[in-house]
Amino acid sequence: MITEQTSKYLSNNVQAIQPSGIRRFFDLASSMENVISLGVGEPDFVTPWNVIEASYHSLEQGYTAYTANAGLLELRKEISRYMRRRFGVTYSAEDEMVVTVGASQAIDIALRAVVNPGEEVIVVEPSFVSYAPTVTLAGGVPVPVHTYSKDEFKLQPEQIEAAVTERTKAILLCSPNNPTGTVLSISDLVKIAEVVERHDLLVISDEIYAELTYDEPYTSFPAVRNMRERTILISGFSKAFAMTGWRLGFACGPKDILQAMLKIHQYTMMCAPTMAQHAALEALVNGQKDVVRMKESYRQRRSLVTHALEELGLSCHIPGGAFYVFPSIEKTGLSSEEFAEQLLMKEQVAVVPGSVFGVSGEGHVRCSYATSIQKLEEAMRRIDRFVKTL
Amino acid sequence: MDAKERELLQLIEKSGRLETSTIAKLMGISEEETKQIIEKLENEKVILGYSAIINWTKGTDEGAVTAMIDVKVTPKRGVGFDKVAERIYRFPEVKAVYLMSGVYDLSVSIEGKTMAEVGRFVSEKLSTIDSVISTTTHFILKKYKHDGLVFSENEEDKRIVVSP
Repeated sequence: MITEQTSKYLSNNVQAIQPSGIRRFFDLASSMENVISLGVGEPDFVTPWNVIEASYHSLEQGYTAYTANAGLLELRKEISRYMRRRFGVTYSAEDEMVVTVGASQAIDIALRAVVNPGEEVIVVEPSFVSYAPTVTLAGGVPVPVHTYSKDEFKLQPEQIEAAVTERTKAILLCSPNNPTGTVLSISDLVKIAEVVERHDLLVISDEIYAELTYDEPYTSFPAVRNMRERTILISGFSKAFAMTGWRLGFACGPKDILQAMLKIHQYTMMCAPTMAQHAALEALVNGQKDVVRMKESYRQRRSLVTHALEELGLSCHIPGGAFYVFPSIEKTGLSSEEFAEQLLMKEQVAVVPGSVFGVSGEGHVRCSYATSIQKLEEAMRRIDRFVKTL
Repeated sequence: MDAKERELLQLIEKSGRLETSTIAKLMGISEEETKQIIEKLENEKVILGYSAIINWTKGTDEGAVTAMIDVKVTPKRGVGFDKVAERIYRFPEVKAVYLMSGVYDLSVSIEGKTMAEVGRFVSEKLSTIDSVISTTTHFILKKYKHDGLVFSENEEDKRIVVSP
């Protein structure tokens, strides 16, 4: 409880943001036993062993000191090779890249580096819970643009047109998207790029799930014509390499912007953890087979879950990437919060209410299928039982 | 072997208990097609059987002693090692036989109730085969990993229940 006394000490920016809606739900779910969790936004695989070994080795070798602010040059060079090989975009390891403490920190310093007080940043909703608050904390104004299930939650270029004002600075994209799993195809990106160029916007493209796409080859936003020089690309190791707890991400982009981001990074974070950087290096050099193995498993589970939801009559588009499905629960007549809460209380299945991802998430819930086949099947049986009681 | 067959095999290699309907959903194909692929692979002896990997040391009083035996043999003219190997693998106590490179020829895995029982098998049945020159028996003291599965307590899911 913030009293008048303490509130005067707090910044307006921090008072303007709400705690994550996920937090409340987490507290509720954590207090219960035998919960099958479809509420997790991370892989159920443990980090591949060779990657863990690399961090042991790093410590054994006595690498317990800081690295360069931008990260180990060796790692940056490997990231550069990886980005070129996997996504066809080229960045200089020397001055167009910074290794961060997770992709989350990369988003934070990207926004702080570019946003002036009062400038607007378009946030495509439903969106990852931290985008809008991070814009606010950077002094900017988040402008939500809602996407809809009828469009498979794909951003329509005319929506950007409608949202742009003279104060608009940037647009935050996330493909594959958390929570909808929607992947923007190359033709979607080209259309968005046209509007972006016309209005001279900057794009912050969160591509943390880029390795986890199932149907079509992935197109990275800076690979679209004329977009490299106006895009800050954000990615990291958490999702593809099952390294969420290692907190290791990176940002790439035009030199001047990246150097500005590096200033914030060096004054606030110094550098990312050294042993995690050595682990990440191993992941890039020898980890692709594990990525393919895990991705194959997610693809199978996506098929299982979308089939099951279809049978339950909870419609959802087939998500092209990430490990989430975002079914509509509108036919139950419950709000997404009510649905999630009652499902948890009655059947001990945790899903995340769509409303926590923004207004346009209402009427949906996020189910993560990064969980074992047996648990997914049991969860679907329980959801079926729950829906039939409504 | 095509991609679907390979995918199906990988699925049931991990869990032979998966129901046909589940396999079909995981692979995004019909149940009928799934049945056909399984039948084909069974007929072609690609799928040889469906077994469970049991940790007999848990929840049972039945002792299970496993030994790996290095066997040196004299190959028979015309049939090489195959006939000797066959004489050995026909014994029901024998769980596996492999032809090896290196200092010995056959690696034989034996399972018995007690060490004495395994010892008797080696001295009375295996060593007495004409072609067998020598045997070296290694008892397995503890299984840490077998067929890709770790023999330890369930690895708990360390993720928090709900996360961004």
